[in-house]
Amino acid sequence: MSDKIKIRATLEGDVTTVKSQIIHPMDTGLFKDSKGVPIPAWFIQEVKVEHNGNPILEAVWGIAISKNPYMAFTFTGGKKGDAIKLSWVDSKGGTDSIETTIG
Amino acid sequence: MDTQRRRFLKSGLVTGLLGLAASVGLLIPRLVWAAWPSSAFQSKTLFGALQPLFGSGSVNLTPADEDITLTVTDLAENGAVVPVTVSSRLPNVESITLLVDKNPNSLVAQFKLAKNTQAYIKTNIKMAETSKVYAVVKSGDKLYSTNKKVKVTLGGCGN
Repeated sequence: MSDKIKIRATLEGDVTTVKSQIIHPMDTGLFKDSKGVPIPAWFIQEVKVEHNGNPILEAVWGIAISKNPYMAFTFTGGKKGDAIKLSWVDSKGGTDSIETTIG
Repeated sequence: MDTQRRRFLKSGLVTGLLGLAASVGLLIPRLVWAAWPSSAFQSKTLFGALQPLFGSGSVNLTPADEDITLTVTDLAENGAVVPVTVSSRLPNVESITLLVDKNPNSLVAQFKLAKNTQAYIKTNIKMAETSKVYAVVKSGDKLYSTNKKVKVTLGGCGN
């Protein structure tokens, strides 16, 4: 279980709100460090969220999503205890995921 | 002469192995769900970004200021973190796309939504300078959009 993704899914009525934050530098490749050395681009490109194994959101991101990306969205049909899984892939092929349950 | 030829053959062998290693590296399967649309993300214009995302023919955006709510500040002191919320009352929303006109690359992100996922996204984006922020919503076969100008005091397309 990742310690670099925070996720919370809460049910209110029929609507589940999923809030997430991923710890990631989201380097654009457009900046240099303090010594003038270019910082290569390194950013999350794809994010997928599943509800009980079914995709409910698939996102593609570029360099203009802020560092330590935050994302919130809502969906219907979830029940307390259902599984929510978020996974991502970045521009270096790195990947991570986290699972939680609707509370 | 003979030793030189040996060296030449050896170096050729090493180069060959490096080449093989490189091609094997390229073949290692990456976890990919949908192809990341690189040409869209590399585009410096709004329509250059939308074309590869929404495919064939010309991209027509129907203004929908009433049906799409784009919530973003008028004045961003720090362009590195600009909170944006998009929601829409349009039916059957398939995707929400965020763009910033004057960023080095206009496309920020695209969110594809399942049928039971509501037309609502909240995230933080980077803005290099004062610009319009666009939200493009695909509902049925049509693209709807709204935009809002955000004044940026300190550009931050990087940090």
